[in-house]
Amino acid sequence: MRTTSGRYSLWRLLREGFNGQRGWSHAWAKATPRPRYRVVIVGGGGHGLATAFYLATRHGITDVAVLERGPIGLGNVGRNTTIVRSNYFQPPNVRFYEFSLKLWESLERTLNFNAMVSQRGTLNLFHTEAQRDLFTRRANLMRLEGVDAEALSRAQVKALVPLVDLDNGRYPVLGGFLQPRGGTVRHDAVAWGFARAAADAGVDIVEHCAVTGIRRDGARVTGVETARGFIAADTVCLAVAGHSSELARLAGIVLPIETHVLQAFVTEGLKPLIDVVLTYGAGHFYINQSDKGGLVFGGAIDGYNTYAQRGTLPMVEEVTAAAVTLLPALARVRVLRQWGGVMDMSMDGSPIISKTALAGLVLNGGWCYGGFKAIPAGGFTTAHLIAHGTPHPVAAHLDLGRFAAGRTIDERGVGPFPWLH
Amino acid sequence: MLRIPCPWCGVRDEVEFRYRGDATRARPAADGGEAAFTAYVYARENPLGWHLEWWLHVGGCRRLLKLERHTLTHEIRWSGAPEAHPSRRETGV
Repeated sequence: MRTTSGRYSLWRLLREGFNGQRGWSHAWAKATPRPRYRVVIVGGGGHGLATAFYLATRHGITDVAVLERGPIGLGNVGRNTTIVRSNYFQPPNVRFYEFSLKLWESLERTLNFNAMVSQRGTLNLFHTEAQRDLFTRRANLMRLEGVDAEALSRAQVKALVPLVDLDNGRYPVLGGFLQPRGGTVRHDAVAWGFARAAADAGVDIVEHCAVTGIRRDGARVTGVETARGFIAADTVCLAVAGHSSELARLAGIVLPIETHVLQAFVTEGLKPLIDVVLTYGAGHFYINQSDKGGLVFGGAIDGYNTYAQRGTLPMVEEVTAAAVTLLPALARVRVLRQWGGVMDMSMDGSPIISKTALAGLVLNGGWCYGGFKAIPAGGFTTAHLIAHGTPHPVAAHLDLGRFAAGRTIDERGVGPFPWLH
Repeated sequence: MLRIPCPWCGVRDEVEFRYRGDATRARPAADGGEAAFTAYVYARENPLGWHLEWWLHVGGCRRLLKLERHTLTHEIRWSGAPEAHPSRRETGV
């Protein structure tokens, strides 16, 4: 027996206000797994839940279970810096992330859930003339794809973010590159919204159900062994970025992925200081201010393979040094929390949405730094791949075959060294 | 902060080193075929557990070394010269 949480609306809010708030129910039901499903999605993060949601609502496939090792929302979907943007360099990446940004723009209506989508703009600063030329080229490539991008002068940067030290001694700022439609989304609400909408559409969301084995019959997948018994499935989709290699190994598949940790930080709550997403061009540092007032910022990966969901101090030093160089006013701000999330760093720095060598086993992974912003498009195109057996045109380039074929999508142009992407 | 035992310089801070990836990949013979080279360049075991990896001591002796490190606890249990292997303990630190 399924229960739904009903439609959320202003009218409902008013009615419950007069009703002592007694009419609310859980946003989604905690399902007990059935012995077989048409599709089993391993991983109840953003991509797994979005895939289930789009399978149910766009392809009419509701015989779907999402298996999550822990509770919903505690993985990378709740550990990122909440940024959404499509300011990429490689045209296939621009198209894919722009598709995602367009889905974000209508997501709250689609899910009937307030995900606090805030298109406050993403501003990338440049500090050398070579970098200015590169960013100008990137902006022009984006505009050719119909995506918004603007070049800003020093004065315009100063007007937008008065806190920036344009003439800092190390890397003076020469200007910026703005994507006005970029911004932030409340990450927890994305997990909750997709979980609720998928459950309402008939998907079983099973928490505390770790997958311990992938069963096969010859070259075809037949189901998964879990902490709660064997679950048969026609299609198994892995959406466990950070642990894709470990799960794929259960099916005897070795992936072009390494696992690395990325740290994020939040400061104490402050009055409004920064109303765009700001990135530093002379190091890896990006910052935005949450609606609660905390400054949310992050840097590069720690730089060596790790599954530990915590960062180490050398990167803390590097990130805070960049913060204080760019925004000297932050020197006296206290950092409240710091955490790490482990990610699939693929060999070309781009994601993988693909069939695998084992028939019926689909992979959604390799998200590197970009998993959060790609959630709607990742779910949409993975659902398409599962339902039709052929890739969605906007994600066709993300197949596993690109590595053998020499079609890698190397955004940074550094070669097969995941720790450099 | 990792404390990395360089076989030549002794134990030093992680910031002196640069990571150079998985040290278990062996270059196939020149006529090894496309599949073997694709696997060599791109496929990685990426284990949750003990991992044999290359580190370059850029801020020290500038030599390449091998390290056996746990990818969850970050514990280091062996380091050695490029030609050494943890199964042969001859250059262990």
